[in-house]
Amino acid sequence: MNFAFSEVAVQAGEAAREVLREAASGAARRAFGAGVDAALWARVRGLGWLGAAIPEAFGGSSLGEEGLCLIAEALGESLAPVPFAGGAYVAAPALLRFGSAAQQARWLPGIADGSVAAAWALSEGPGAPEARAVGTVFRDGALTGVKWPVVDGTLAQLALVVARDGAGEVGVYLAPLEGVSREALAGLDPSRGVARLAFERAPAELLASGWSAVEAVLARAAVFVAFEQLGGAHRALMMARDYALERQAFGRKIGSFQAVKHKLADVYVAIELARSHAFYAVWAMMAEAPDFLRAAAAARVAATRAFEMAAAETIQVHGGMGFTWDSDCHLFYRRSKHLALCLGGIGYWKDILVRTLEQRNAA
Amino acid sequence: MDFEDSPEEAAFRAEASAFLEREAPGFGGRGDVAAAKAWQGTKAEAGFAGITWPRRFGGRGGTPMQQVIWNQEEEKYQVPRGVFEIGLGMCVPTVMAYAEAAVCERLVGPALRGETIWCQLFSEPAAGSDVAGLRMRAEREGDGWRINGQKIWTSGAHFSDFGLLLARTDPSVPKHRGLTMFFVEMGSPGIEVRRIRQISGESNFNEVFFTNVWVPDGQRLGEVGDGWRVALTTLMHERLAIGSLPGPDFEDLLTLAQEIAIEGAPAIGNAAVRERLADWYVQSQGLEYTKWRAITALSRGQMPGPEASIYKLVSARKIQDLSGFALDLLGEAGLAAGGRFAEAWLQSPGGRIAGGTDEILRNIIAERVLGLPGDIRLDRDKPFNA
Repeated sequence: MNFAFSEVAVQAGEAAREVLREAASGAARRAFGAGVDAALWARVRGLGWLGAAIPEAFGGSSLGEEGLCLIAEALGESLAPVPFAGGAYVAAPALLRFGSAAQQARWLPGIADGSVAAAWALSEGPGAPEARAVGTVFRDGALTGVKWPVVDGTLAQLALVVARDGAGEVGVYLAPLEGVSREALAGLDPSRGVARLAFERAPAELLASGWSAVEAVLARAAVFVAFEQLGGAHRALMMARDYALERQAFGRKIGSFQAVKHKLADVYVAIELARSHAFYAVWAMMAEAPDFLRAAAAARVAATRAFEMAAAETIQVHGGMGFTWDSDCHLFYRRSKHLALCLGGIGYWKDILVRTLEQRNAA
Repeated sequence: MDFEDSPEEAAFRAEASAFLEREAPGFGGRGDVAAAKAWQGTKAEAGFAGITWPRRFGGRGGTPMQQVIWNQEEEKYQVPRGVFEIGLGMCVPTVMAYAEAAVCERLVGPALRGETIWCQLFSEPAAGSDVAGLRMRAEREGDGWRINGQKIWTSGAHFSDFGLLLARTDPSVPKHRGLTMFFVEMGSPGIEVRRIRQISGESNFNEVFFTNVWVPDGQRLGEVGDGWRVALTTLMHERLAIGSLPGPDFEDLLTLAQEIAIEGAPAIGNAAVRERLADWYVQSQGLEYTKWRAITALSRGQMPGPEASIYKLVSARKIQDLSGFALDLLGEAGLAAGGRFAEAWLQSPGGRIAGGTDEILRNIIAERVLGLPGDIRLDRDKPFNA
């Protein structure tokens, strides 16, 4: 059994962590309002991470999905405020899975070098992802409808838009965003940009048809995001640990109280369970295993819970200081909810998880 | 990543599986001690007992990975195994580490072949999680020791031939420093075993009373006063066990949720039920994958990482919650339900206490993994009898 990452993937993750320690330091706070740190984004683009899971033929590095996962973990740990996910986690895997040769040739090189930032445009307001909530229509080669919130929607060059064709069939469309009306929205996590996109007969073309394709795109992205969540959760836990070793109350370090120790032990348990699920999900994705959707859903549920728990409890351990604007705690708290919501909330993924188990038992 | 055996691992698995296919069906479903001894003997004869033990003690001299493979294959059969887990898993390895060659010669072989059974005599009424606070007295007398006191929660004492005994030889020094380890013959005059009936109605463990029991000094393991260090060796073996707790698991609950109806429709369609199912899937399957991470480390000749420490903490609580929820799903019918879920629900509180309580396990994670400070121990540096 070899249930571990390849040496080359581990090295890529460590190298990314090393770079980000300096380059991303303070970046999330600097990005407040803008939703991106331009200097960091330029640096990340130059390092080739975006193309980690893109073949060399399309300008990628062919490092592979394992490597991209560990880079994602490092990005999550550092709260890097960059429009990375839409291209590397959503668009590139979707193009590689569903795209025609022409679509791959047109978009993948730009995604790999960062000249094309991509955005995932599914949501049309409140509610869980579902086919019947899709009101955006595709007719005569063009999209009409309003999508919000769209992460990185203001600065992206390309959107993957979920829309309905004349026959009512839902699909994923590739839409260049020049000429599309965009409005920045105030984000729950101001270090990440969200926008409202109004498509008015905007040119687009079909990438993949059917709600199952939407789920397949979401599932791939969920695996990579799970690693960002793991990175964030681990960092939040370490911040709480470090503070508990330093802060004194009642004549002793607060980390010596069982109320604090047991809380942090529970966070550790949640993180390790999530890590184990995330390991399996990346394997299932690469092996195209029949239980991939279930594996992705389980990883998503576990990682979402772990990061939200870690972020909330790190504030608790920091006490009043953790509730201040100047503490970094709220950056993790905000990012944990941002990542929890960005591909559909935990309830949506729990439902997928149970549905896939029902389908397995019915088979 | 892959889940394949190495060629060596595959060869061992094939050998183990061929043996089990041939021999295990004859022991299927038998749970009595005699059957367990016979099965152990059969395994020993074929070289599948003591897989990681040195050859000089009759073991196979194999790797921890081979042990894992053996466990995986053996778990596929309903063979009687339980009565040897404490003895062969913890007690006898302690004997091998500390006893003289002649003593090992006499004790290890019969234990390995299933001819003798060992129990662990550590816990006492006033020393559970804080086992170093035990009171059982061992006093020098001639070339041996006179032992008085009481042990409790001793699994299998009623059918054991030997016991690994931790006793206090010097109450005038702080508690960890006044302990000494011995082994005792359970048939010695002055030892009385009383069964304890658990909340499930079963009696798997016992009180063991020692009244003027004489133990020769040759049955001492390690130096006088060094018993705590010896005990840590024993407990380390416990931590390395990578097994599964018995009891219904997620798949049993899933099946129940598909079979039983709420308001005329299968319970699994109910949003609250789905929510809980998803949570327990994450726990159950997450532990399984965590085990794979530990096995990967063993397969590479490394020690499992700290993530292995979460196993019992998560699974013991999960069995309690999951079996309780299954009874809830049954509704009033749960009042009358015997069966797996009721049995597991009644057993489950014990799982959260035995072999390290939930609270002690959280302390261990907090201290050894996260590096948080140990608890303040008011008695640590005081003489035990102060």
